This record gives sequence, structure tokens and C-alpha cells, in this order.
Amino acid sequence: MTDLLTPAESQALLLSLRVSAVAVFAALPFAVAAALLLARSRFPGKVLVDGLIHVPLVLPPVAIGFLLLEALGTRAGLGAWLYQSFGIRFVFSWTGAALASGLITFPFQVRAIRLALEAVDPGLGAAAQTLGAGWFDRLVNLTLPLAFPGIVAGVITAFAASLGEFGAIITFVSNIPGETRTLPLAIYTALQTPGGEVQAARLSLMSIALALIFMTLAEFAQRRARR
Amino acid sequence: MSVEVSLRHNFGRFALDVAFRIERPCVTALFGPSGAGKTSVVNAIAGLFRPDAGRIVIDGRVVLDTQAGIFVPARARRAGYVFQDSRLFPHMSVEDNLRFGWRRAPVPTGENEVARVIGMLGISHLLERKPASLSGGEKGRVALGRALLSSPDILLLDEPLAALDAARRAEILPYLQRLRDETKLPMFYVSHAVDEVARLADRIVVLREGQSVAEGSVFDLLTRIEDGTGIEPVGAVLDAEIAAHRAADGLSVLAFDGGSLIVSEVGRAVGGRLRVRIRAEDIMLAREEPRAISANNVLPAAVSGVRLGAGGQADVQLACGATRLVARITQASLTRLALAPGVPVFAIIKSVTVDSSS
Repeated sequence: MTDLLTPAESQALLLSLRVSAVAVFAALPFAVAAALLLARSRFPGKVLVDGLIHVPLVLPPVAIGFLLLEALGTRAGLGAWLYQSFGIRFVFSWTGAALASGLITFPFQVRAIRLALEAVDPGLGAAAQTLGAGWFDRLVNLTLPLAFPGIVAGVITAFAASLGEFGAIITFVSNIPGETRTLPLAIYTALQTPGGEVQAARLSLMSIALALIFMTLAEFAQRRARR
Repeated sequence: MSVEVSLRHNFGRFALDVAFRIERPCVTALFGPSGAGKTSVVNAIAGLFRPDAGRIVIDGRVVLDTQAGIFVPARARRAGYVFQDSRLFPHMSVEDNLRFGWRRAPVPTGENEVARVIGMLGISHLLERKPASLSGGEKGRVALGRALLSSPDILLLDEPLAALDAARRAEILPYLQRLRDETKLPMFYVSHAVDEVARLADRIVVLREGQSVAEGSVFDLLTRIEDGTGIEPVGAVLDAEIAAHRAADGLSVLAFDGGSLIVSEVGRAVGGRLRVRIRAEDIMLAREEPRAISANNVLPAAVSGVRLGAGGQADVQLACGATRLVARITQASLTRLALAPGVPVFAIIKSVTVDSSS
């Protein structure tokens, strides 16, 4: 890998992988909860919640980055409180990049997990009830294991989508080498540099390879889910 | 041990209004055409369906009383449920399926019980398999075992044979019979097949369009010829005792309340009880005692009722001691023999079906 990639390239690659992994796995419990809410319960305002979860799909990522900056900047209300009380700072940090990516790819996860949950035969849950299984018991031993391939598909899709996140990251946490400069930001930086086209092309090829790998994995998981 | 059920629910397209009471543990068939509300009744007993109004008491335990605001949820009802589509958990092995309810039983029953049920159902060779690789009959047996191992107070069977072909059905029926004989569980058996009901049930509740239209013992209800019972009569359903074996002839003699029957030798000891079924088409009638006849069974009886049916057929109800028989003959024969209530006749029984146990 060291022979193939320059230090700056492998730095951007590893950072991208780390940001996406943290983004996706930190969002996963919330995605499962949201998917359960949408798949299994009926409540007033469900359409609104459904819409709200999917807003990041259609909102410009730059706008999300801007909103995050407004909310979590160290001088903003919530951000200032987090920073002063717990020393947690998202701006100019890779964790902020993960937060932005997690938020934007949240709908991908919810959608895949919701489809998997809806595909679980509710009759099996009824059978489990007659056998003495309560709500949480059924969730852990029946619903989630049966939806597992769909959950995996959702995680992989969200991960692949997260690798491409640009607008929200650069707006929220800026473009700091080794801290927030993921692959897309590195491509952008190369393009801003005179004679950086070759660099940009190499980075783009890396992105394409990654995307292919993860989309293939997601497809495999989807096929398993359908079986 | 009694079970009391009364339910009312408005489904829009039809209203459910059912009430019945079972005094002792036995197999109660919920009989009726599809759409009669049979499954809704068992779902309500299981706690999977909450009716508008109703009361269900199982062995003194009130599990539903809408007036008192009592609704025990399904997971606490202790109603073993065998679904029509078996509903085995596809991601678990047969053994994990079997142990699912067993692990969650409020009073643990121990490994012996697992071994006993596996042995009774003949599924020990399937334990490692996943449900997807089982045949329909095997799935049904595993589903039955899973329900039994949850140590239920009551067993609900929703047409466990309906999805199976005749061969698979014949494979499961003996297990259901064994279950009826070996456990003292009250069982509710949903069915629309008279032969299954005649073979398995002790009591029948007939449902039609959501209403319970008739109720009675299988011996009584299946030989009633009045209209409105919602069930076609059969020739006879008897509980008979093995009186003697005639090994030289390969025959056995069965005694019942009203006479005796000679059947092909049954493989059980004298004194054992068997259920015997006779089809109405297999009973011929004679006004005089027939002589030199190949049929082994000729029973003296008296006509107790007549019902004219479609296609020139007539059902003739007979009293044979305390036992009731129904012969299906043509209306032409009815007229020719001048059969009317009170007329003495001889019932010639062409064929008898003996079930392995009762």
C-alpha cells in the first residue's frame, strides 16, 4: 500500500474509512430504532417523522453543514455548552466529519432496515407471543436476527455513501489535512492546486474502486436478505 | 378443568357472536366453512385478538373480561397454538424451535419432558435441521411439539392439516390422536373437514357466519338430521370396547351401547376402547332380517327420524339401543320400504372404519 499510495493519499483513504465507519456505526442504533418506529407502530404524525428522517436525502449537504455549524460551533449555544461542560468539540475535528456523514447517510440505513423489518412475517411474532416471549424478547431473538441481512445491507450502503460526503464536511469541519480531509476533500484540494489533475485522477480512481467494492458487498447482503 | 368462552365483535362485513362452555378436558372441534369466524375464536382464546366484548375463563383463570377490563396478553395466556402455516422460526434449528417456549415456561418442565415430546412425535432425527428443509408433515409435528413444550394450559390447533396433502395428513393424524389420549389438555381444533372432526373430536361447536349455531358431543351432533346444525350427518361415530378377538377368522368383536360389531382384527388388547366411524352411505336397510348375506354386521334398530335430501336421497335416523345411526338411502327405497319413525329395521353395515385409539 505504501508503494502504491503517497502518504497524503493513504492518510486521506484511512481517514475516509474511519470517518465513515464511526458515522455508520454510531448512527446504527438510532437507525434501528427509527426503522422499528416506522415499520412496526402507528402513531399520529408518522408521515412527518418519516419525512424528517428522509430530509437529508434531498437537502443540499452544504445546508446541513451550515446548520451543524450554527448549532455545534464552539460559539453556538449547544456547541459552546458541549465544549465547556465536556470538552467535546465537533468543529475542525474528524468526529464532526463523522457526525455530518452519519446524519446525511441516516436515511439510507433507516430505509434498508425498515424494508428488512417489514419483510419479517408478523405471524412469527404472534407465534412467539403464544410461546411466552415479550416485546423485547421478540425483538432480540426474532425480529433483529431475521432482519440481520437487511441491516448489514443498510450499513454497507450507508458506509459507501458516506465515503462520498463532501459539502457538509467542508462546511462544518473545514478541510484540514489528516483531520478532516477525506478522499472527496482531497480530490477538491488537488483540483485547486495547479497541475494537480493527475493527483485528482488517482484519488478519483481510489473512490471508484471503494464504491464498487462496497456496493458489491451491499448487493450480496441484499440478496441474502431476500432469501 | 373447564373452559368458558363468550365473544362478541363487529368485523363490519360480519359480526362474531359466539358462546360455549367445555366442562372437562376434551377435544372440541370448532367446525364451519371458511369465513365462519373459527380462527377469530382461537385467536381470541390465545390473546392474539381482542374482541369488542367477551369473557374467557380457562380453568378458573379469567384471561379476558372486557367488562372488568381484564386482558391477559398472549405471552402470559399459556395457550399453546399450532398455526395452520406452522410458523416455525426460520433462523433457528428444529431443536431451538422446540425449546423456544420450553425455555420461557413459567414452571420449568425439565429435559425429560423435551425427550418425551420428541419421542412421542417421532422427530428426534430432525433436531439439527432448519425448518426450510422440512416437509409439510414434519413442520406440523415440530410446531405441535413446540406448542406442547411451552407447558400450555390449553392447546389450540388451527386447521393443522389443511395445508397438507392426504399422505401428509395421514402422517400427522395418529400423532394428534395420541396427543388426545395421552395428555389431559383441553384442545380446540379448528376444522372444516367432517372426517377429521369425527376422528379426533369429543365435542363440536358449529360456527356459521360468526354465530355458534349448534353444539354437542361428536356422537350426538354428527348423527342429527334436523336442518340448521350446519353439519352433514355421518353414519355413526361410536366409542366401542374390544370384547373379543377371533384370531382364527382374523376378526375382532367390538361392543358398543346397542350391540356389537365385527371388524378386521385390531392390534390391541381386549378391554381397550376404540373409536369407530361408519359412513351413512355404508349402511343399508332391510325390513326383514336378511339371511345368507356376506355382511358381518347386521344390527336390529328402529327408525327414529327421516329427512329428505337433494338428488333423491334420504337420511334415515335409527336408534340402535342407546346409539344413533344414520343411513343414506334413496327416496325410492324409503317409499318402497315404507320407512317412518317407529318402524323396526335391520341396519346392514358394509364397512366400518376403526381408528387406532379413542
